[in-house]
Amino acid sequence: MEVTQFLLNAQSVDSTVRKHAEDTLKQFQEQNLPAFLLSLSTELVSEEKPAESRKLAGLVLKNALDAKEQHRKSELVQRWLSLDVGLRSQIKGFLLQTLYSGVHDARSTASQVIAKVAGIELPHKQWLDLIGSLLSNIHQLPPHAKQASLETLGYICEEVDPDVLDQDQVNKILTAVVQSMNATESNVDVRLAATRAIYNALGFAQANFSNDMERDYIMKVVCEATLSPEVKIRQAAFECLVSIGSTYYEKLAPYIKDIFMITSKAVRDDEESVSLQAIEFWSTICDEEIDILEEYGGDFTADSDVPCYYFVKQALSALVPMLLETLLKQEEDQDQDEGAWNLAMAGGTCLGLVARTVGDEIVPLVMPFIEENITKADWRQREAATYAFGSILEGPSPSKLTPIVNVALSFMLTALTNDSSSHVKDTTAWTLGRIFEFLHGSTTEAPIITAANCQQIISVLLQSMKDAPNVAEKACGALYFLAQGYEDVGSTSPLIPYFQEVVQALLNVSHREDASESRLLTAAYETLNEVVRCSTEETARLVLELIQVIMAELHKTLEAHRISSGEREKQTELQGLLCGCLQVIIQKLCASEPTKFALMQYADQIMSLFLQVFGCRNATVHEEAMLAIGALAYGTGPNFAKYMPDLYKYLEMGLQNFEEYQVCAVTVGVVGDICRALEDKILPYCDGIMTQLLKDLSSNQLHRSVKPPIFSCFGDIALAIGEDFEKYLMYAMPMLQSAAELSARTSGADDEMIEYTNLLRNGILEAYSGIFQGFKNSPKTQLLISYAPHVLQFLDSIYVEKDMDDVVIKTAIGVLGDLADTLGSHAGSLIQQSLSSNDFLSECLSSDDHLIKESAEWARSAISRAISV
Amino acid sequence: MSSKDPIRSFKQPSFSDQRKRRQQSLQRQSQNREEAQRHARSLLQTILSFLDVQPESHGDISLVTQSEESVKEFDVRQAARIRGAEARRWFAKQLMMPEWMIDIPDRLSSDWYVCARPSGKRCFVVSSNGITVSRLRNGSLLHRFPSALPNGARTNKSTGSGQSYCILDCIFHEPDQTYYVIDMVCWAGISMYECTADFRFFWLNNKLVETGACDRPSVSHKYMFRAISFFDCDQEGLNEAYTGIAPYVKDGLLFCNKHSHYQSGNTPLSLVWKDEKCSQYVIDTDSKGLIPDQQQVVLELLDDGRLATSDEPPAIFAHLDSRFIQENELKAGNLLRFAIKGWGSYFTDGNLEGADLQYVGKPNRSKNLADSLSKVVFQYMARNAPLRIEQLFTAVNASRKEDATICDLDIVDLTLNSMDA
Repeated sequence: MEVTQFLLNAQSVDSTVRKHAEDTLKQFQEQNLPAFLLSLSTELVSEEKPAESRKLAGLVLKNALDAKEQHRKSELVQRWLSLDVGLRSQIKGFLLQTLYSGVHDARSTASQVIAKVAGIELPHKQWLDLIGSLLSNIHQLPPHAKQASLETLGYICEEVDPDVLDQDQVNKILTAVVQSMNATESNVDVRLAATRAIYNALGFAQANFSNDMERDYIMKVVCEATLSPEVKIRQAAFECLVSIGSTYYEKLAPYIKDIFMITSKAVRDDEESVSLQAIEFWSTICDEEIDILEEYGGDFTADSDVPCYYFVKQALSALVPMLLETLLKQEEDQDQDEGAWNLAMAGGTCLGLVARTVGDEIVPLVMPFIEENITKADWRQREAATYAFGSILEGPSPSKLTPIVNVALSFMLTALTNDSSSHVKDTTAWTLGRIFEFLHGSTTEAPIITAANCQQIISVLLQSMKDAPNVAEKACGALYFLAQGYEDVGSTSPLIPYFQEVVQALLNVSHREDASESRLLTAAYETLNEVVRCSTEETARLVLELIQVIMAELHKTLEAHRISSGEREKQTELQGLLCGCLQVIIQKLCASEPTKFALMQYADQIMSLFLQVFGCRNATVHEEAMLAIGALAYGTGPNFAKYMPDLYKYLEMGLQNFEEYQVCAVTVGVVGDICRALEDKILPYCDGIMTQLLKDLSSNQLHRSVKPPIFSCFGDIALAIGEDFEKYLMYAMPMLQSAAELSARTSGADDEMIEYTNLLRNGILEAYSGIFQGFKNSPKTQLLISYAPHVLQFLDSIYVEKDMDDVVIKTAIGVLGDLADTLGSHAGSLIQQSLSSNDFLSECLSSDDHLIKESAEWARSAISRAISV
Repeated sequence: MSSKDPIRSFKQPSFSDQRKRRQQSLQRQSQNREEAQRHARSLLQTILSFLDVQPESHGDISLVTQSEESVKEFDVRQAARIRGAEARRWFAKQLMMPEWMIDIPDRLSSDWYVCARPSGKRCFVVSSNGITVSRLRNGSLLHRFPSALPNGARTNKSTGSGQSYCILDCIFHEPDQTYYVIDMVCWAGISMYECTADFRFFWLNNKLVETGACDRPSVSHKYMFRAISFFDCDQEGLNEAYTGIAPYVKDGLLFCNKHSHYQSGNTPLSLVWKDEKCSQYVIDTDSKGLIPDQQQVVLELLDDGRLATSDEPPAIFAHLDSRFIQENELKAGNLLRFAIKGWGSYFTDGNLEGADLQYVGKPNRSKNLADSLSKVVFQYMARNAPLRIEQLFTAVNASRKEDATICDLDIVDLTLNSMDA
C-alpha cells in the first residue's frame, strides 16, 4: 500500500482530510501490521519521498514500538518480538540505511526508531551486530552520516540499561564518541552530536571512570569542549559536567580546581544558556554533599560509601561572591511568569543549597552584600539583598541566624508594607515565610515572634494579602508557617485572639477576582487548613462556624450550571480545595468529644454535598471528597450506616479507578475507615467490596502501590465482620499466600524494591492479623487451622531474610500472637516448632523499640496460653 | 535531542498541603487500625463497667470466703458478669499484694528492683471515658476526678476512642496530694498484665510523662501523678532507696522481681521491708494507734472454725470451738483480731495450729483481708530480731554467691534464740 499521501494528509490543516487519513492508517495497521510497518520503513528510507511523509512514517513506527503506559508498553514489546525475523531484519536494514540520507529529519527520526528497536531487542540478545555496524566505518563516513550514527549511539545509551552492553562494546562506543568530540573534529554538527552522545553514554562508563588514564582523557575532552567557539557545544559540554558531578562525584577531586575556573568564567561571561548549566554544576555538587553529609548523620567517622570531599567548602570564598553577582541580574517581571528561569533565580537557588551544605560559614560571606545593598535606591539591589538573605535561612544554626533576624525583622515588615517595587515585596514576603519556617516554633530556644511584635506581623501579612497576587500568595505562605510554629502550644497560642480576623482575611483572598493567578487560591486554602489544624479548643466554636461557610461555598459551586470550559476548570479546582478544607475541619473537630458532637448536626448536609461532588468527574476532587468522607465515617461511628446505600456506588467506582490510582488507593483506605465505624453493619456491602478488591489485586494495570493497602483492607473487613469472612477465605487466602511467597525473598533487590516488599509484607500481615482476630472465639476457628503452617512458614522465612523494617517486625510478631490466640492448642505444636516462636520472639522481646516489645509481650502471653492448654 | 533543563523549584512552598492531608488520613487510618487490633487483642474492655459503680455505702465487704474461686488472673471474662458490691470485692482482690520480707531472696542484686515506698493509701486508679476514678484496697472510692491520663478527662486532647483506658497501681500521698504510681496494669487499653516488671516500668516511665499526667494540677488535671523511681537492687541502688531523698514520706522499701508478671493477691515476687529509719510504722498499732504489748494478728474465720491467714493456701493459726463462735456471734468469713500469747510449735516444725491466741475483737471495717503469714512473721521479727539493713547490704554484696539461703538460716537461728529467751 502506498502510504505517502495518507501520511501527508494526516498533517493537513483540514480536519476532515486529516481525520480520514488517520482512520485509514489506523485501519491499515489493524488489518495487516507487518505490511504496515514495512511500508512505513520503506517510506522512511526512500530519498525520493517528501521529508514530511518520511518523518511522520518514522514517528508512527516509533509509536508502534513504545508507549508511556507500562502495561501498553510491554504489549508493544511482545508484539514486535513476535513478528517474523526476516521482516524485522528488513525494517532494521531500512532504518540503518536512512542514517545516510541527505535529509536531516529522516536521519534524525531513524535514529530514534533504531534506539527503540534496540531497547527491545538488545536485552533479548538480538540485533547484536547493531553497535558494530554503527561504529564499523564511522571515521570514513560523510559528516552528515557520522553525525546521525553518533546521535543514534546516544539514543541507544539513553534507551537501554548499562548491563545490556558488554564492556567491550562500551569501550568502542566511548572511543568513537570521545574522538569525535575532540577539538580536532572540524565539523560542528559532528562534534555537537558526539558531545550530546557522551552525555547519555556516561552512565555506561563506570569502569572507564575508575581507570585514571581513561578518566583523565574523558575529562580533558569534556572540559575542552566547554571552551568551544560554538555555544551549543559549550552548553552540551557543561551538561556533561553536571551529569559527571552527580554520577562520578567521588572521582572529581583532581579536576575540581579546573572546573571551578571554567564554571566561574562561564557564569560571568558566557551566554545565559551556558551560565545556567555552569551554576547547575555547583547546585549538583551541593546536592551530592548534602546527601553524603546527611548520611553521615553528624557522625564524621562513620564509614560512608562515598566520602565527602568538601568541594563546596573549599570553593566557598570564591563561589559565594560569584553567586551573589548573579542575583543582580533579575528580569523585570519574573515573578509573574511561571516558567521563568534565569541567572538570578539559578544563582539564588544555588546559594540556598550552598547554605545547606556549609551551614554557619556562609553567613559572614553574605552579610556584607546584604548590608550594602538592602537600602539602595535601585530595586534590583534591594531585591538581590533580600533574596540573598532569604536563601541562607536554611542551613546555618538558629543561634547564628536568630540575632540577625531579630534585627532584620522590623525592616522586612516595613519593606513589605512600603517598598515601591512589587518584586522586592514578593521576595520580602517569601523571606518572612522562610524565617517562620526555619526559625519559629515551639522547639526554638529564642522566639522570633514575641508578644511585642506578633500583632504587627499579623497585620502586615493580612495587609499584604490585598497586594498583587504573587505578593499575596507569599504572604499566605508566611502565615502558613507562622501558624505551623504554634502547632503544639495549646491554649497559650498567641494566634487565638486573631483567629477570626485571619480566617476572614483568607476567605477574602479566596474571593479575589485574580485569585487564580500565582496559585493564590490554593495558597489561601492551604493556609486556612493549617490555621484550622493548629487551632485550639478556645476557637472550636469559630471552626464550627467556618464549616458552615465552607459548606455554603461548596454548595454554590454545585449550583452553577452552563459555564465555559475555562470556568469549569476553575470551579473544579475550587471544589477540590473546598473538599480538602472540609476534610481538615472534620478531622479537627472529631478529635475531641464535644466538638465531634457539635459537628454531627451537619453530617447529613455534608454527606449530601459530597455525594453531589461525586457527580462531577475529576480525580482530584474525588480523592479529596473521599478522604473527607473517611474522616467523617471515623467521627460518625455506627450511625454512618445510613449513608451507605447512597455512598456505595461511589466506593465501587473509586475501587475500579485503575487509571487514577490515587483515587483507588484513597478509596481503599476509606473502606477501612468505614469498616471500623460500622463493624458488622458493613456486611451487606462486603460481597461487592471484596469482589472489587480481589479484581484490583489480580489486575496488572493497577499501580503496585495500591496493593499493600488492599491486603490491609482485607484485615479491616475480617475484623469488622468476624466469622462472616468465612466465604471470602477461599479467595483471599490463596492471594495472600502467593503474595507472601513473592515477598518472602528479596535477594538481589535494590533499596526501592525492598521498601516496597516491606510495605507488601506489612499489608499481608495486617490481613492475617485481622482474619485471625476476627475469627477469635468463633466455632469456625478450625477453618483457619489449615492455613496456619503457611503463615508460620512465611514468618520464619521473612525472619531468616533479615531485611524487615521495624513496622513489619512489629506486625509480624503480632501475627504470631494472633495465630496463637485464636487457634490456641490446635496450633500449639506447630508454633513451638517454628523459628518465629523461638529466635524471632526472643529478639523482639529484647528490642529497643517499645512497640515491637509490646507486640512481642502480647505474642509471648498468647503462645504461653496456647501451649499450656 | 533537547537540552537538559536545569529548572529547579523557585520560591515554591516546601510543603504540599494535599500530601499532608493524605498523610494525615493515612496516619489516622493506621492508628485506628492499630487501636482496633489492640482492642481485639485486649481482654479488658469490660473494666469500664467498674466506673458505673456508684460510691454508695459499701455492703458487708468482709464476706470474702475461701470457697470463692480464687482469682489469680485479671480475668475480665469473669469480671464482666459481676456488678455492684461483688464487683468491688473482686476489684479489691486484683491489686498485687507484696509479701513481707522475712528472708532475703536469691540473686537480689541481679533480679530485683528496689524503691522507697511512699506512705499513703494504696489504690487502683482507672481512667476511662473522660473520667478518672481511684479505689482503695477494699474497693471503696477515694477520688473521682479529671486527669491527663489517657481518656482521663473530657478535653480535646483525648484522641483515643472510648475503649482507651488505663489502670494504675498507686499510692496516694496526702501531704502533697500526689498519686505515686508503683505499677501499671493497663495502659491505653493494652493489658500490661502478662508483661514483666522490667517492661512495665520501662513503659510506665515513658508513657506517664508523655501524657502530661506528671504536670502540675489544673482544671482538667486535678491531681499530680509521679512514677516511683525504681533502682537496680545493687549496693548503690539499695543505698539510694534507703538513704536517698524522696519527694514523699517513706514507708519502707519495696522490692520487685524484674521478671515477674503483675499478679493479683499475695505474691513473693514483690516484697516489702521496713525499719525505724525508713518508716514510722514498723510495729503495728492497735485500733487506738498504740503499740500493744503483745503482737496482734487479723485472721479470717473459716466455715469449720479454723482461723486462717490471707495466703493461698491459707496458713491456719488455730481453731475456734463452736461455742465461742456462737457466744460472740461470729460468722464464717469474719475477720477477727487476736493477740498472740504463744507461737506453739511454728518455729520448730512450721505448724501454727498450736499458737496461743487471745480474742481482741473485730478489726476496723476498712480492713477486708486477713493478715498474710509473712506479715505476721515480719511483725514478730520486728519485735524480736529484725532483718536489718546491714544484712540486706551483705546479701547484695555477696550476690555472686549463688546460695544466699545462708542468711535464712541465720535469721531462723536468731529467731529461735530469742524465742528461747
